[in-house]
Amino acid sequence: MSKKAIQIDAKDNVATTTSIVEAGEEVEVLSPNGEVILKTKPVEKIIFGHKIALKDLKVDEEIIKYGEVIGVASRPIKTGEWVHTQNVNSSRMHTPGEKVKGITS
Amino acid sequence: MTEFYGYMRPDGKIGIRNHLLVIAPIDCSYEPAKKIAEQVEGAVAITQTYGCGNDSMLVHNLAGTALNPNVAGVLIVGLGCETLTGEILMDKIKPSGKPVYNITIQEEGGTLKTHEKGVRILQEMKQETAQLKREPFPLSKLTLAVECGGSDATSGLAANPAVGVAADKLIEEGGTVMFGETQEMCGTQHVLARRAVIKETADAIYEIIETQEARQRAMGVDSRWMSKGNIDGGLTTIEEKSLGAVRKGGTKPIQGVLYNNWERFDTPTKPGLYLMDGPGWDVPSVTHMVAAGAQIVCFTSGRGSTTGHAIAPVIKITGNPRTFENMGDNMDINAGTILDGSESLNSVGKRVYNMIINTANGRQTKAEALGYKEYIVFKRSREAEHLLGHC
Repeated sequence: MSKKAIQIDAKDNVATTTSIVEAGEEVEVLSPNGEVILKTKPVEKIIFGHKIALKDLKVDEEIIKYGEVIGVASRPIKTGEWVHTQNVNSSRMHTPGEKVKGITS
Repeated sequence: MTEFYGYMRPDGKIGIRNHLLVIAPIDCSYEPAKKIAEQVEGAVAITQTYGCGNDSMLVHNLAGTALNPNVAGVLIVGLGCETLTGEILMDKIKPSGKPVYNITIQEEGGTLKTHEKGVRILQEMKQETAQLKREPFPLSKLTLAVECGGSDATSGLAANPAVGVAADKLIEEGGTVMFGETQEMCGTQHVLARRAVIKETADAIYEIIETQEARQRAMGVDSRWMSKGNIDGGLTTIEEKSLGAVRKGGTKPIQGVLYNNWERFDTPTKPGLYLMDGPGWDVPSVTHMVAAGAQIVCFTSGRGSTTGHAIAPVIKITGNPRTFENMGDNMDINAGTILDGSESLNSVGKRVYNMIINTANGRQTKAEALGYKEYIVFKRSREAEHLLGHC
């Protein structure tokens, strides 16, 4: 059986692997309905539960999972690359001097 | 249109279980209260463990549990000198029209006499409630609470999205869903606020999550920080982690924030999705959502979890096939079929939905069959909350 990754929302530009995948191995990207949306080949090894890029992403481009922004690319990311802390910044962790409202009453 | 079969209560709410609730308003009388409850089938004893005060947050949640329609009748067993008296609880429970009695050990003359009287009261209530028949009702009368605990890398990928599919479907059929654990929403306030139906709800979402972040700062923890285990498991940012957790509540618009504190105790006012400002661990979180009216609970766990609840069935869903095999005695649904592509997310969501309906209709969950009756009320410190403004 071929390896799988799940795209949880149609807007997502990453999919999450459901097992370990090796560089060059074919991965079927599934929709929530279980349909194969596309087939891709990771350019590097990606372990279970980690993300694979479904398209080329420029620096500062939003990373979308669950149909929402989970961070921005800190480096250019190529289709099939492993998407993780080495090439993604949180929008919340990297805002120096950010003011967070405390309790008011 | 799907229906479920439940018991009509005098206040028009629909129970899916017929429990008799024995409340010890203080832990001084909890052991005698438990012994009384043990004598009558379907009776269960609860208490609180914050000492001899009369804190309105405790009153709200104890009375809320008694008002949950899964409770057919109530017996309060006090010691007799507690500050949180049985009368305080009676005043809140009586308007529901369900039978409620109040006895104290000091007044009855010791535990044996209290035991006899308490068991007689429960037996008579049981004789009456045992003849109640289940009738069909629309799903607008059903409220589901969703919870997660013991998460792993499969939770945000399989079990939470599957429960989210079921939550969406329940709301489409007219039902109500609530999710809590404010600390698991950190980093997603802008996303959740966008789903609010009115501006007041959006403002409330920002307020409760940012207050929670302040609480964590006060303890020297930055809520935006993630553990090494989170990152090794594939979570890249706090936004991703929290989005995976809140996914169990589905994708529908958020009707309102349910405050649960010493000033406010909110319950859903119409069908749809609600967010509870609640404690960040499993048993108190479920306890508060059931106190706010949820009759049934879906609980996701990657690593496995055993907890039930005193008066509400808890359905356990795991996204990890190994956990399902390993802890099959405790887990009700295997959502791990999503991982090998053998079943679609929507198909697993449908199974979860069907289990919700079957459980509402009377099917026992594994936690129920094992007799697990967890109940922990949580109390915030008013004084500490005021200090948060300086954090």
